[in-house]
This record gives sequence, C-alpha cells and structure tokens, in this order.
Amino acid sequence: MKLKLKVWRQPDAQTPGRLVDYLAEAKPDMSFLEMLDVVNEGLIVKGDEPIAFDHDCREGICGSCSMVINGRPHGPRDRTTTCQLHMRSFEDGDTVVIEPWRSSAFPIQKDLVCNRSSFDRIIASGGFISAPTGSAPDANAIPIRKSDADRAFDASACIGCGACVAACPNASAMLFVSAKISHLGKLPQGQPERYTRALSMVEQMDAEGFGSCTNHGECEAACPKGISVENIAQMNRDFLKASVSKRPEVAAGGAG
Amino acid sequence: MKLDPKIPSGPLTEKWNHYREHVKLVSPGNKRKYKVLVVGSGLAGASAAASMGELGYQVECFCYQDSPRRAHSIAAQGGINAAKNYHNDGDSAFRLFYDTIKGGDFRSREANVYRLAETSVRIIDQCVAQGVPFAREYGGLLDNRSFGGAQVSRTFYARGQTGQQLLIGAYQALERQIGLGTVKMFARHEMLELIVVDGVAKGIVVRDMVSGKIESHMADAVCLASGGYGNVFYLSTNAKGCNTTANWRAYKKGAAFANPCYTQIHPTCIPVSGDHQSKLTLMSESLRNDGRVWVPKRKEDRLKHPSSISEADRDYFLERKYPSYGNLAPRDISSRSAKEVCDEGRGVGPTGLGVYLDFADSIKRLGKQKIQEKYGNLFEMYERITDENPYEVPMRIYPAVHYTMGGLWVDYELMSTVPGLFVLGEANFSDHGANRLGASALMQGLADGYFVLPYTIGNYLANVKPSDRPSADHVEVKKAEQNVQSRIEKLLSIKGKTSPAHFHRELGKIIWDYCGMARNKEGLEKAISLVQDLKKRFWSDVSVPGSGQSLNQALEHAGRVADFIELGELMCRDALQRSESCGGHFREEWQTPDGEAKRDDQQFCHVAAWEYQGESQEPLRHEEPLHFENVELATRSYK
Amino acid sequence: MLSRFSESSIGQKIIMALTGVLLVFFVLFHMLGNLLLYANDEGQAINAYAKFLHEVAGGYGIWIARGGLLVLVGLHIWSAIRLTQINRRARPIDYKKHAYKESTWAGRGMRISGIIVAIFVVFHLLHFTAGKILPELHTTNVYANVIQGFQVKWVAAFYIISMLALAPHLAHGIWSLLQTLGLSHPNFNTTRKVIAGLLTTMIILANISFPISVQLGLINLPSSPQSQP
Repeated sequence: MKLKLKVWRQPDAQTPGRLVDYLAEAKPDMSFLEMLDVVNEGLIVKGDEPIAFDHDCREGICGSCSMVINGRPHGPRDRTTTCQLHMRSFEDGDTVVIEPWRSSAFPIQKDLVCNRSSFDRIIASGGFISAPTGSAPDANAIPIRKSDADRAFDASACIGCGACVAACPNASAMLFVSAKISHLGKLPQGQPERYTRALSMVEQMDAEGFGSCTNHGECEAACPKGISVENIAQMNRDFLKASVSKRPEVAAGGAG
Repeated sequence: MKLDPKIPSGPLTEKWNHYREHVKLVSPGNKRKYKVLVVGSGLAGASAAASMGELGYQVECFCYQDSPRRAHSIAAQGGINAAKNYHNDGDSAFRLFYDTIKGGDFRSREANVYRLAETSVRIIDQCVAQGVPFAREYGGLLDNRSFGGAQVSRTFYARGQTGQQLLIGAYQALERQIGLGTVKMFARHEMLELIVVDGVAKGIVVRDMVSGKIESHMADAVCLASGGYGNVFYLSTNAKGCNTTANWRAYKKGAAFANPCYTQIHPTCIPVSGDHQSKLTLMSESLRNDGRVWVPKRKEDRLKHPSSISEADRDYFLERKYPSYGNLAPRDISSRSAKEVCDEGRGVGPTGLGVYLDFADSIKRLGKQKIQEKYGNLFEMYERITDENPYEVPMRIYPAVHYTMGGLWVDYELMSTVPGLFVLGEANFSDHGANRLGASALMQGLADGYFVLPYTIGNYLANVKPSDRPSADHVEVKKAEQNVQSRIEKLLSIKGKTSPAHFHRELGKIIWDYCGMARNKEGLEKAISLVQDLKKRFWSDVSVPGSGQSLNQALEHAGRVADFIELGELMCRDALQRSESCGGHFREEWQTPDGEAKRDDQQFCHVAAWEYQGESQEPLRHEEPLHFENVELATRSYK
Repeated sequence: MLSRFSESSIGQKIIMALTGVLLVFFVLFHMLGNLLLYANDEGQAINAYAKFLHEVAGGYGIWIARGGLLVLVGLHIWSAIRLTQINRRARPIDYKKHAYKESTWAGRGMRISGIIVAIFVVFHLLHFTAGKILPELHTTNVYANVIQGFQVKWVAAFYIISMLALAPHLAHGIWSLLQTLGLSHPNFNTTRKVIAGLLTTMIILANISFPISVQLGLINLPSSPQSQP
C-alpha cells in the first residue's frame, strides 16, 4: 500500500517547524513505526536527516511514542499506542498527517520529539509513597481489599505517554495527575500522604503550564490504557478536602 | 588480571548476614561528601539511585530515554519470584536458591544466588509498601502463580504488567529523592566513556542527546545498571534503544566481560512476520500456566487449520518430553524443543517457524471470563499484532532473544575488575548462570539495587578519601572526552551509503544463525570472520546524516551498532571456547542421544571472563572456578 | 490558603462549578415563577409573586438576591476568563488537523454560548428590570409587561434564540459541574447525563414557551388592564 505522509519537521526547539510531504510504501502487517523506519532508512541512505521520533519498547508499555496521527494521539485505534498501531488500520492511498504532542508543558525538541520532563517533576512533587528502602513491614501485614487493589492497578496502568494532554482541547494533564492520585489514594499505604499529595501535585501541575480540565473527556478516549476520567473527579474531591482541611505545618524544632 | 570473587567465608546461609554485620560503614555525616553515578534507571538503576539517595550520598542518575520511567524493565510481564511460602506449598529460600542454581545449569556462584533467594522476600515487602498493586485474593492477601522451572507457586504478579508496576514503584522512589535534591537526574544523556584514573573508576563522559554537548561527570564510584545486550541480535524482545555501549566502554577500560555467550532465547514470542520487522514481542511465560504447546504430528498437516487437526494428530511435545514439568519446562529447554520440531518441518504458520500455544482446554475448564481476567492484556496485545483472536484460534509462538545472562564480571560485592566500578542488574553476569528462570530478572534487579549495592558500596567508599575526585581538566578526563569526540566525528565523516540499521540487521542475522539457539565450531569460526568483515564495512560505508550538535538518532544508533559488532565477535569467541552445552549455550557437538544439553563439569565448571587487550589484539580469557559445596552437580533434568 | 485554592486550576473549576450550581437553581426557580403566567387569572398570581419578591425582608430581600446573583455571575465569568487564559497558554500552537472523539460541540462551545447568555442577561435586565427597551413599563404589573414585551416580534425571537444558546450551556454545564465536584461513579454516570438532559429540556422548553404563547395569542392582556395601587 502507498501513503502520502505530511510530517511535522522542526530542526530544534527554537526554529519554527512545518509539515513536509513524504511518500511511504507499507505492508498491512507493518506497525506504524516500522512504516516510518522504512521512510527513515530511505532518507539516511540519501544522506538526509531522518524524521526524529520517540520510541523504545515498541510493545505499548514504555510510553515513549508521542505522535498525533490525523488529529488523534496514537492514531485511529482505541486503546492502542502508536507502536502497536498496524498499517492495516489504514487504506491504500490515505493521506496521513503526523504531528508532535502540542502543549507548552511539552516543548518540542526536534520533529516529533518533545520534552515530557514536566510529568517527572509532577511525580517528584508528591507522586509517591515515602517508604525508604528497608523500612517495610511484611507484605501481607496489611490486607488490601481485592477491589481496591484492582482499582489502584487500573489507575497505575498509566504509561505516562502524555496522550491525555495531547488530546485535551485545553492541553490539561489532569488525567495523568489524577491517575497517580487515585492509584496511591486507593491503597492503605498511600493514606498518610493522601491529602498533601493532592495539594502538591496539583500545584506542580499548574506551575508546569498545563491547561485546566473542562470535562470534554477527550483524554479518556485517547488514553491507550483506558484510564477513566472518574479519577479526575476523585482528584477534585481529594483536592477540595485537602484545601479545606489543611492546617499550617508546625515545625517543632529542637535537638533531643 | 586476578578474578577474586571475594565470597565471604562461613556456611552458605550465614554468608550475607555475616558480611552485613562486618562490612565497613560510612558515617552519615561523611556520606554526603561522596558522589556516586548510576547509569541506567531501570529496576536496578532506579532502586539503587533511590536507596543511595536515601542513605545520603550525592547521586547522579543517567538514562538515554526522555524519562527514567521508560527503562525497559517496564516491559516485563509475568512476575517476580520470592520465597515467601505464603501458599504453604513448601517453598523456602533454599528451594528458590536450588531452583535458580539448577535452572542456570550449575554455572553461577552459590553465594550470590543464595543471597538473591534470601533477599527476595524483602523485595516484595518493599514494593508493597511503595504502593505496587500486586494481584490479591478476595481475603486481601497476595496471590501467586507458577513460573517455569519451579514446582511451587512463588511468583508475585500485577496482571501482565508486573515489570511496569515494579518500575513505577522504583521510579517514584527515585523521583522522591530527586524532589528532595539527593539525586540529580540526567535524562536523554548517553554514557559514552568511562573515566579511569590510576586504575580506579572516577567518572563518566556523557553526551547530552538533545544539545549534543559532551560532558564529564566525576565521582567516587560509578554504577552501571545499563541492562543487557540482547539487541546484538537486532531482533529481540528488548526495547529499540537497549544497547551495550556503557558496558562495552567499561570493558574497553579494563572491566572483564563474563560469559558473553550465555543468551536466553525465550520460547513464547510472536513469530516474525516479514523483513520489515523491527522488534519481537514477548508473550509472557505465565501463559504456559494455562496454554498447551503443540504442533501437528505429521509435516503434511502443518498448514491445516488448527481446529481441523484431531487430538490424536497433535504432538504436545513439552508434555511428552518433560512429563513432570510439562508446558512449564524452563526457557532454554522449551525453546530448543520448539526449534527442534520446526527443524523437523512441523512448524506452523506461513514461515514454518512457529508452534501453537493453545488455550482451548483452559477456556473449557475455567471459562473465558477467568482466562480474560488472567491474561486479557496479553491476548489483546497478540490480537493487535497478528490480527488473530487467541480466544478462538491458538496463538502461534516462536522463540526469540530475550535476556542475556552474560555481562560485566563482578565479585560478591558487585564490583567489576575496575575498582570503583559497580555493575548491577542484567548488566552484570552474576546470578543466573547459563540460563535464567522466569520471574527472576525483576528479583535480581531489585535485590541488587535495594538491598545489595547500598551495603557493598559503603565497604568500598569507606576506603576512599571523601571528595577525592579528579578535576575537569585532569589528563584522563580530557583523554576520555577526546575519545568520544573523535569517534562521533569519525562516524559523521564516513558519509557512506548504508544505514546503521542495515548493518545492525546484518549483524543480527549472523549472530542468530551461528550463535543463537544452537552453535557449532565451524559456524562460530565463520561468524567471527563474518563479523570482522562487517566491522570493516561499517567503518567505511555507514551513513550518518546530520550533525553532532543536535538531537541525532542516526548518530546514536550508529554508535551503538559499532559496539554491538565488537561484542558480537566476543560472544562468538566465548561460545567457541566453551566446548560444552549448558543452559542457553547449546553446542551441537555436546548433546545426549536424546538431544539434551551435555555439560562438561571437568573442564568448564567456571566463569569465563574476557579482558580487553587493545584494538588489534585478541582478548584474553580468564577463568573463575565455581565451587559447589551445598548442591550436587547433577544432570539437569525436567523429565 | 484560600487564595492558593482559588488560584489553582482545580480551585477555579470548583468555583465555576459551585457558582454554576447556584445559577442553575436560580434559572430553575425563575422559570418556575414564570409558569404563573399560565395561571389563567389575568396575571393575579404572578403579580402577587412579584410583589412578594419586592417586599420580602422589608424590601431589602430583592437587593440582597440581586447582589448575590451579581457576585455569582461575576465569579462564574471571572473563573471562565481565568481558565480560558490558562488553557490558551497551555497550547500556543494548535494542531494542523483535529479529530475530536469524545468532546461535544456543546462542551467546546461553552465560551460562545456563555457570551450569548451574558448578552441576553444584560438585555433581559434592560428590558424588564430597568425598562430601557420597553418604554411603557408598568412598575408593578409584571403580567402586562411580559405580554407587551413578547408581542414585539424581534424581542420574542431574541429570547428564543438566547434560550437555544443557554440549552447546550446548561446541558454540558450541569453534567460537567457534577464531575468537577467529584460526583462521578460508574453506577451514577448515566443518571448524571439523564439529569442534565431532563433539567435542561425542562427549563428551556418552559422558557421558550412564554414568548411563543404570547405570539400565538395563548395568553393575552385582559381587555382593560387593571392598574393597582
């Protein structure tokens, strides 16, 4: 099958980019990235710079791929990352527009590659349970209701790809942030930091320049792992409760 | 070069306790004066960096991905072993130790493996405390499943995404330390050189993959947790970016490379569909809990629709050959059996390189619902890739390169032959011998990072003067930077006609054909000369467009392929020298009449560690003898 | 603490949602009050209701209510402007190609429908409260005002169009505010959509029926309009 590609090329963060046309030949069994590999090898042999794109595991779990294909993050198939999208989802003769994630919190570094370290900083601000190595009690010491463990898992299935941000008309990161707040908030181990976590993660999210949620639901539809917007409601609840009930921290000093 | 494993004396079960109780410590006030570098942010790297940050060291962590959370540990599906014996089925640290030693075909160190087994239980505790949502039973307690090579259920799991969940736990611990300022993270930074001053590892040279800037980082110790080298085969279940460059640079600076020929071919991967294929996708070993592996008994039936082949015409070859372990025979053995039936012409699918993994019986027994609950995401993944519905037609699977047991040689303290250079996780050679059991890689990565290195590195640093780090203009630092720079310039200046990927594919085919599931003398000798020829062509005809001063993925790939080519040659040399069959290393000349691996404990009960001798000279092979005091060197049987 | 809350993106949303809830209640009661037009008593009931509103709490009640409403509307618009600013900044360069999957034009058009509703509210106040548009305003005969007002064709048309703009604003708004306030649960999500739909349909149909009824002559001025002391 033959396709016409319109690919966003941008040499670096400072230079403005544009869509460039390429012709691609593909087989239905190829993955979308393998189709791009072939285009790139053609470019390299000619001495032209290949299209830069992020990819790594190519099995839908590392969260590296970050392309908007024909207006949809990760392309047309539901619950599928770009690397697991196969060319059988396209027709011979299709025109395919490929763009990077677009969000000021994910600045483009080159072509389709963007910088998602804002997600890491959000996690660093509170997306964890403080459990220093060696301090843990026996794993079965605290039973966890199966349904809680399952729901925590549903939220922690997030691969941090940023498709939610890319899909949101407001470039909001609330699905990502809320998934972490739900994951840890559903578990007994996550309770001690539950409310401080909500406050600090939301603060960091805002500082990174993500948009705000206006309940469009595009994030859930684009999420390759099917993370639910229910998590955003949970985050709102936790955030509200935390904002209302927070007391000033008392720093009790003094050596013992 | 002297290979001193530094195994503590005393009875096996007391070695690690004794070590910990007598190891030198660094006082809390002094810890912050030491700087430690960690290369890689997978299970081993992230857990080590986080744990050392918690202890108070100044830590810098590097990864080539855009975020530490993307390391390939994330792709591990099935589970993590731990001798918790929560299920009362007779498990114990000793049993896990024994299974691992036996699974590795008696080619690993007893002391290391026992430490791994006894540490395993603490890993689960640690992960649960971090919020890893392991599978649970209705009573709220942890669930287990079975994995290959074991007769107990000791594998903890989180659906088919155990690696992801464990890595996120470690990543969050790491991010916590980054937030606290004890760890500095350098994402999209690739290590391209090791800085060695007076024989001691004192830093690394990295390339900022976005700006192209070459930077040196000086430290009191360097830890490599940069993963395995499975991508030497081009097609493997590794991530596209996985590479051996960090390890290979260290090897060239004096770290011995141990057992490079021990590679693991995983039996259950989705078969190759065409030349364009860029990677192989694993189907978790856990599927063999409920899936039955078979091929038609007769060649003529191989292209028939599986449902039209009657029960009597099917050969459930694993159940037939290994009745006591059945479909859960270890990986090396299952892979070889699959190759064998395909070599006989009974392989299924269009290429003839595939066997069925059939869930029909389990669906009948447990219901589709239960199967979906256990393996839903794997079935979905299979369907996406192959466009076939595994609930209706059996999966087709074929072995693929998955893991490398070989790696940089380390002693009991995880220190390589270069003092101050520690190696953990898949990057080292230490715990899996000639074959790794399923669900043991996650265990080893986390054991090394959370519970071993934080102790052993203290023992090293206690003897190092605090802050005794070379300055940025030290002659060795400048030399290392110059090496990196000139190599990059050379790659960019060749301006040949062949892409790095093309050379990579060619290398992969040579290694797969001659140093894959079955090896022999002639083939390996041929492979060595083919690889040497490939290396010459690479350095005269590779095309790397663009510049070194910006993000350049072709340049990154070319540098990695260049190292893979050299490693490929070393693998073949190691395989050639090891005139026996053991675990993943199967030499056709050494097999029993019924085709099982035949070890030669008289001559090869040792670790082979290779020392680099210079560009144009053959490397030197050293031996570290293995002593077995607690287990008997038995013929490995799963019948 | 409170300023940190109101500055945060979620705080803004929650302010938007809480003011939204109260405004929905206002719109609902406003509509219910207007239904007295159909009492078929030549306006006695509705005029009495209006009188009650003007005289409650010694005549201060209506001003308190008006002040409250002004604050609600002000906060609602303020949070809308702040959120719009945040969201514009979050994506300075847009995609060349769009393909929405889940979001609706109602959701994406909240700003436009909001602006239309705001213009309508100003007009509505000028029209009935200040009497700037209808010269012969009877200060106390609400019934007559409504009928005379809606007898002007373009006025009736403007009211109808404005209500049609309010419809998607309410539909998305009601559903959305429940989500924002954290009321989201799989067992309840369909109900949530149904509630939003029913409430919107009820309010809009009733509101639209007033100008239509006047235009169709279903409600008329009494033959000799009574003036009350």
